[in-house]
Amino acid sequence: MPADQPLVVISRSGSKRWVSAADTAARKVGLRVGMAASKAQAVIANLTMIDADPAADAAALERLALWALRQYSPVVAVDGVDGLVLDIEGADHLRGGEEMLISGLVNLLRSRGLAARAAVADTWGAAHAITRMTTAETTVVPVGGVSKAVVGLSIHCLRLPSDTIQGLRTLGIETVGELSAMPRAPLTLRFGAEVARRLDQLFGRVAEPIEPLRTPELVEVSRNFQEPIGAPETIAKYIRKLVADLTARLQERGLGVRRSDLVIHRVDNTRQSVRAGLQKPVRDPARLSKLICDQIEKIDPGFGIDKMVLVAVMTEPLEERQIASSLIEEQVVDVTPLIDILGNRGQRLYRVTPVASDVPERSVMRIASTADETGADWAVKWPRPSRLLARPEQIETIAVLPDQPPVVINWRGKRRRIVRADGPERIFGEWWLCPREMEAVRDYFVVEDENGERLWVYRAGDGVDTATGSHKWFLHGVFG
Amino acid sequence: MSHARNSQVVEELRERIAHLEGCASRKAVVLPFGVPEVDERLPGGGLAYGALHEVAGGGSGTVDGAAAALFTAGIAARSKGKVLWCLTRPDLFAPALSQAGLHPDRIIFCESDKEEDVLASMEEGLAFGGLAAVVGELVRLPMTASRRLQLAAEKTGTMGLVVRRWRRQTEAADFGNPTASTTRWRVSVLPSEPLPTAGVGRARWLAELMRVKAGECAEFELGACDAKGRLSLLPVSRDRSDTSSWQGSRAS
Repeated sequence: MPADQPLVVISRSGSKRWVSAADTAARKVGLRVGMAASKAQAVIANLTMIDADPAADAAALERLALWALRQYSPVVAVDGVDGLVLDIEGADHLRGGEEMLISGLVNLLRSRGLAARAAVADTWGAAHAITRMTTAETTVVPVGGVSKAVVGLSIHCLRLPSDTIQGLRTLGIETVGELSAMPRAPLTLRFGAEVARRLDQLFGRVAEPIEPLRTPELVEVSRNFQEPIGAPETIAKYIRKLVADLTARLQERGLGVRRSDLVIHRVDNTRQSVRAGLQKPVRDPARLSKLICDQIEKIDPGFGIDKMVLVAVMTEPLEERQIASSLIEEQVVDVTPLIDILGNRGQRLYRVTPVASDVPERSVMRIASTADETGADWAVKWPRPSRLLARPEQIETIAVLPDQPPVVINWRGKRRRIVRADGPERIFGEWWLCPREMEAVRDYFVVEDENGERLWVYRAGDGVDTATGSHKWFLHGVFG
Repeated sequence: MSHARNSQVVEELRERIAHLEGCASRKAVVLPFGVPEVDERLPGGGLAYGALHEVAGGGSGTVDGAAAALFTAGIAARSKGKVLWCLTRPDLFAPALSQAGLHPDRIIFCESDKEEDVLASMEEGLAFGGLAAVVGELVRLPMTASRRLQLAAEKTGTMGLVVRRWRRQTEAADFGNPTASTTRWRVSVLPSEPLPTAGVGRARWLAELMRVKAGECAEFELGACDAKGRLSLLPVSRDRSDTSSWQGSRAS
């Protein structure tokens, strides 16, 4: 079906049929959500209409929520019939901040053909209102800026029943600002407590915890406390107990955990979560509890914790393996526990592997620290410096063209007389990677000054033809 | 005669100190350099496993730490197993480490934003116990931090290696401050081995053993790591009678 063909989704209730969703092309020709189906057909001759399937929509939304639960945040729930709500506190830094997280999310959804809008705000109510009432794809409301951001929005965004909205509009109230300026008592008397509750939730005056989405496949264990706990030792003790329960449950199913979340319910009805990720599926209680206990300092118990929930968000089958007898064979140490510990602390762990390229900065590639060992080594046997400058630094030299090493070099304000030198080692540009390197040449020299300092310098160009380079000299590395 | 008795007394005292230090139950395991002149200066005949060793550069090597990193890579290459290399400035060029015998599959790099994180990662790596060596590139190494690393290394028998490199050459005076490390080395570059033709020969280092527990300071003129990470004695004076030209440049 061509993209410019208008398409609408028709919902029905009894004999009434109306447009419940319209695509961009349909909106362009004047179709609106809520319009009667017959009227829409009158506007456009060959309108494509699809019957709504609320059950399938809900199932798809739940699948999306489960995906977000694995990828973005430990606390994800379905918001209404058309949205998701994510508690990204403590999870946004993994994606480079709030702005990056939501723009990345919207872009990812767009690449799958889904149009989405996202907003980050202090409260669920505010984020809900802003995504539905603004046209911007992403909005980040700064901390404490909720009242300013929502004051001009329509009262439709308040998650109130439609007859209440209708009643409020009859009274001449159109925006959130006008509604919040009204005296509470008459409002409550006429429309019930719901209006005041939704307003308070919007402004964050009452807490609105998000009940995270759970499915039967998720392995979850929890523990309630009669007396709220707060001391780190106590928290650690119960984390270990929860982990023991969780691993026992995983054992029954033959699963290992790849990602687990600890959700902490505090007595003031707020929640916090701590996430631990693993490189390989694990069922070892000691390892898992160490990873979670490492993050205890991030937990703020406030007035106390009355419930802790531990969920295995991502699991993978883990079968028991026979460990090779270590009497004769050499024992291969598995370093993944260490990598998990350091990785969960936010350190960047990697290994490097050779790349078939003569250009020094391209000859090294970072790979995952747990990637399979390839055994590959650099083919080049010419000496290479132990420190490579991130960017070659231009140096002043006295050198005879075309292929003599420099006699004197001046680097970082220090003049060095070159006593010995080796070279040139000619490296050609890789035109298949970068068209500008079609003719580029670098001539590398190992030079040693009178103090014995060995440096790696190169001349851009072959010394004859200026098309091959600027004939300027650069220092690229320091030998030991 | 009296000498023999003296050495016996010293041996007894050493044993008693070792017992007090709490490592008497563990057999002291060392990694020899394979150079007899160096090994005989080190207690046990080599670099001790389960201990912290510091390596700094001399001269401009205090900033780039190029020779110190290679010296460390050579030690790590001769050990068996994986190596954790913790750093904040990722300017290490892995092909050079591979040429010193440390295969890229054996090194796990751990890059942090802060020095404190490097210390924490090193301690975690030393406490893990399954690694051959843990290398950390550090500017500051306070007494408390070095003691923690030393204790973690003692517990598991993993070798801890600290490459000290500073932001400026003048800051290198910090290397005089005491730390809990078992040995301290300063590796400075020397003119390379002369070749019969024009060119740069095998690199040479002046390795100063500045401090060693239960041993005496020494200095060696060494040939840089070969493809297996081995060093060799390669004195400059063998090739050149006049050594004044490089002695002035030695790190102060």
